[in-house]
Amino acid sequence: MDALTIHRLHFAFTVTFHYLFPQLTMGLALLILILKTMALRTGNPHYASAARFWAKIFAINFAMGVVTGIPMEFQFGTNWSRFSKAAGGVIGQTLAMEGVFSFFLESSFLGALLFGEKRLGPKAHWFTALLVFLGSWMSGFLIVATDAWMQHPAGYAVGAHGEMLLTSFWGLLLNPWVGWQYVHTMTGSVVTASVVMAAVGAFYLLTGRHQEHGRTFVRLGVIAGIAATIVMLFPSGDGQGRNIAWNQPVTLAAMEGLFSTQQGAPLAILGQPDMDRRQLDNPLVIPRALSFLTYQSWKAEVKGLDSFPPQNWPDSVPLLYYSYHIMVGLGTIFIALLALAAFSLWRGSLYHSRPLLWLLMMLLPFPYIANTAGWITAELGRQPWLIYGVMRTPAGVSAQVSSGNALFTLIGFLGIYTILAILFLFLVYREIEEGPEHAAEV
Amino acid sequence: METIWFWLVACMLVTYVIFDGFDFGAGIVHFLVARTDAERRVVLGTIGPVWDGNEVWLLAAGGTLYFAFPALYASSFSGFYLPLTMVLWLLILRGASIEFRNHVESPVWHPLWDAGFAVASALLAIFFGAALGNVVRGVPLDASGEFFLPLWTDWTPGKSPGILDWYTVLAGLAALAALALHGALWVALKTSGEIEARARRAAGIVWWGVLAFVTLLTLASFTIQPRLQASFAARPWGWLFPLLAVAALLAVWGMNRRSRERGAFLASSLFLAAMLVSAAFGLYPCVLPSNGDPALSLTIANASAAQYGLRIGLVWFIPGMLLAALYFRYAYRSFAGKVHVE
Repeated sequence: MDALTIHRLHFAFTVTFHYLFPQLTMGLALLILILKTMALRTGNPHYASAARFWAKIFAINFAMGVVTGIPMEFQFGTNWSRFSKAAGGVIGQTLAMEGVFSFFLESSFLGALLFGEKRLGPKAHWFTALLVFLGSWMSGFLIVATDAWMQHPAGYAVGAHGEMLLTSFWGLLLNPWVGWQYVHTMTGSVVTASVVMAAVGAFYLLTGRHQEHGRTFVRLGVIAGIAATIVMLFPSGDGQGRNIAWNQPVTLAAMEGLFSTQQGAPLAILGQPDMDRRQLDNPLVIPRALSFLTYQSWKAEVKGLDSFPPQNWPDSVPLLYYSYHIMVGLGTIFIALLALAAFSLWRGSLYHSRPLLWLLMMLLPFPYIANTAGWITAELGRQPWLIYGVMRTPAGVSAQVSSGNALFTLIGFLGIYTILAILFLFLVYREIEEGPEHAAEV
Repeated sequence: METIWFWLVACMLVTYVIFDGFDFGAGIVHFLVARTDAERRVVLGTIGPVWDGNEVWLLAAGGTLYFAFPALYASSFSGFYLPLTMVLWLLILRGASIEFRNHVESPVWHPLWDAGFAVASALLAIFFGAALGNVVRGVPLDASGEFFLPLWTDWTPGKSPGILDWYTVLAGLAALAALALHGALWVALKTSGEIEARARRAAGIVWWGVLAFVTLLTLASFTIQPRLQASFAARPWGWLFPLLAVAALLAVWGMNRRSRERGAFLASSLFLAAMLVSAAFGLYPCVLPSNGDPALSLTIANASAAQYGLRIGLVWFIPGMLLAALYFRYAYRSFAGKVHVE
């Protein structure tokens, strides 16, 4: 393997693993805030103990997010030094702001959220939940803004030595790419947290334990989950899709598996991209639907891959195509299942419907897969560019770090993260086994 | 503007060393001052609610370095590729040890994480000291401002040094001693009874180690890096910083003997700050010296970001830091007093 491939795998692996944790904590911060609000408004200690239980799950995930997050910031320098040297003056702003505005806030008040309930009283304790929520959602914004700049660079100029100079702070923060991507990312995180909460609730109901908490978890999980999945589809998924259509049309063609430019382009539901014959094998399509979704006209022309020189194609079209289809397919299934569960909840039969509870419980891993596939779509879709239209991926790597050194650390991360994953599952399973009734007030 | 950011980044690193330094130090002396499982829980309790916030200073300083001096960030992080990655692994081990230790009640679970905590803390102190040693000694920068150092070569700080040579190892040991002292003073301040007494005794012994290593290191630094002499000769008022460090170190000794725990800890903080500021003062305006042609050195002029970014950065950085200081004040006030066994 050449050094570039290893450096790319290095980043892909560590960032994919890292994002398993923030995608739960960001959404869960919102759900904990909702539980704390219900506790404050109803005065019912049941909601306070529910919030306490989820705060413990949050803390384990947060610790995992912190220890796997530090390597992310460092890797910009260690593995992508030429990119950092060129672009640090721009994206260093958002990354530094994340540390200054989010991490200090989160780390200072998470302790109070976990250990300050007795000392602070209900109102101040609710406030710590609000601050942790704000910190984590701000952190999400600054990271999405960093990525958005790589997808669609704005507010910068190129200096004499090829380095990028920030020319507009607001151009960087209010990049037109940021809006929908931020909403899409954060609602994706809410979907993960909601489904995890509903799945744990369903697990309790199916095993006949913690019935009251089980019902609360299922109820909040299903309601927040259906709301978030709908926002994922429309308007945020739709808006994100149009961002790509306007700014990265070649990416759109690759995602959709559209090899040839055509009017009234079909939307591929299933099929396998065949890169040799440049066609979609075994296609199952909805005629003209891609034209309509992209341009609101059934006859509009959509550019296929043949309209672009192959050196500008994303360098793994099939993987991009599959990631995108996995994300959209799972999203559609989430909407259907959660709508069914919400309907049953409204009819008052969900808590006793074992098949539906089974479905909710088994849904647990899928939002993680969908969110991961979504990010793979975004970042593979950016290829072959590191900064879209400005810097190609091979130009950004740390040229002086040899493939042997990079492989050494990649293997190290693989081993360490495997151990961390086992520990994580063990600790979270223990908390779930112990249950919310044991979560004493501290 | 570059000068302002040079000192802001330096201040953030100093703050990081003072704050995360005491919880590294607590890890280094963990097995010395705490003998039983309950005592070890107390030592962890002295840093439990604050260590994560302390470590944020590293992230925030890294981020600030990234946007203010991108060329320095890129060059040093990739040049020190292997040791920096090992630092990340140690930070992971250390964070996991602190967070996961008390989740399971078992006679094999606790010692495992106690050992992880102590070993990772000690190695991190050595790595950070050695890193600073590398920066003071200089690295073989090429014309594009890049370098790559192997872990070791012939253990001498010559023209083709490794990350580890006798000078950087000395710097690592000095850091180990200084942070062990700092941590012991913190543990003494935050505990009572047996642990407090042991911590104070440990501080009294380690103090001599700090004196010896830091004296050797200072002499070696002035020999190896001629810039230091030049800087202090050009701006003699800078001698104030090393003098302050000497005074603070003496104050640590006196106050520790007279059981003035808060004073001793603050004096130790002042000592760390004065040592680091002396190093920064000695290197300024250089941020990463070349060990060959001095013209290849990275300085605040050739490593900094553009003026607009630095100016706009100040606009959000100052209020952001004031907010961070407020949060810290809150976190430490609600954590005031001694930690007790429950």
